[in-house]
Amino acid sequence: MQRKLTYIDFQVGRTFVLGPHTLTAEDIVAFARAFDPQDFHLDEAAGKSSVLGGLAASGWHTSALLWRMICDAFLLETASLGSNGIDEVKWLKPVFAGDVLAGTLEIVGARISSRKPDVGIVNFRAGLSDQQGTEKISMSGHFFVKVLAP
Amino acid sequence: MMGLFFEEIDVGMKFSIGQLLFTRKAIVDFARQFDPQKFHLADEDGELGPFGALSASGWHTAAGWMRCHVANNHQARELLLAAGKTLPDVGPSPGIKNLRWLAPVLVDDTISYTSTVTQKRDLASRPTWGIVYGHNEGFNQHGKLVFSFDSAELTAKRP
Repeated sequence: MQRKLTYIDFQVGRTFVLGPHTLTAEDIVAFARAFDPQDFHLDEAAGKSSVLGGLAASGWHTSALLWRMICDAFLLETASLGSNGIDEVKWLKPVFAGDVLAGTLEIVGARISSRKPDVGIVNFRAGLSDQQGTEKISMSGHFFVKVLAP
Repeated sequence: MMGLFFEEIDVGMKFSIGQLLFTRKAIVDFARQFDPQKFHLADEDGELGPFGALSASGWHTAAGWMRCHVANNHQARELLLAAGKTLPDVGPSPGIKNLRWLAPVLVDDTISYTSTVTQKRDLASRPTWGIVYGHNEGFNQHGKLVFSFDSAELTAKRP
């Protein structure tokens, strides 16, 4: 079995590729039904006539989807200790059915917890753009990883 | 929010917006889709993981807030509409800040969510809209704060 990524693998400046992932109308509507049942997330016509301009995904959906892409990029192969905070999520443009989302995550900070020397705190910045290169969502936050004893 | 125009919203207003029960099935279903880290998928892995038990993805806790927010707004709008009030269009949100997952959400926890208005601002680029900022929290059935974040929502001004 391959070694899991730990603190030493998250040097500042390292980047990870996210996606691509194609968002379908069915995915958008299913998430919206469960968590954000507003008309412009449920119905094409309602979306078109709204300020969003089309059937658009809930911002919480695109946020969770970005997190899934982070999981697939490296987090599932990491000695992860979870996360307790996201500093900011920007919903820059509506995400529509058929959008192909892809982007990168960059490590922007890494330090060992002063209280728990076996825990590393890794700061990241991530963003996703569509197939036209328009940035749709950005996120900055941190996650915790194991620090292995030398 | 709450079927209110920008002018009708005051800083300091606080709303209890509803509750959500986090069943094992709901926790695992959400995690499979959006956060398939082992400690969100199975009891045994949860016990060995950083939270000591199977716990909900933080994004699930956050989506639960939105579910309550939408349901609560819908209910408020229906009541106001029935009373003959003109309602504002619902505006989009540019994003969120300071999401904090302060304690794990565990199987069969019920999270109660609140919203407090913290700030109002005019929008120079859109004179018919303002922006309303809120601080939002989730508490478990023991009254422990488990989740908070700051929101921003475009809110229509009176025509």
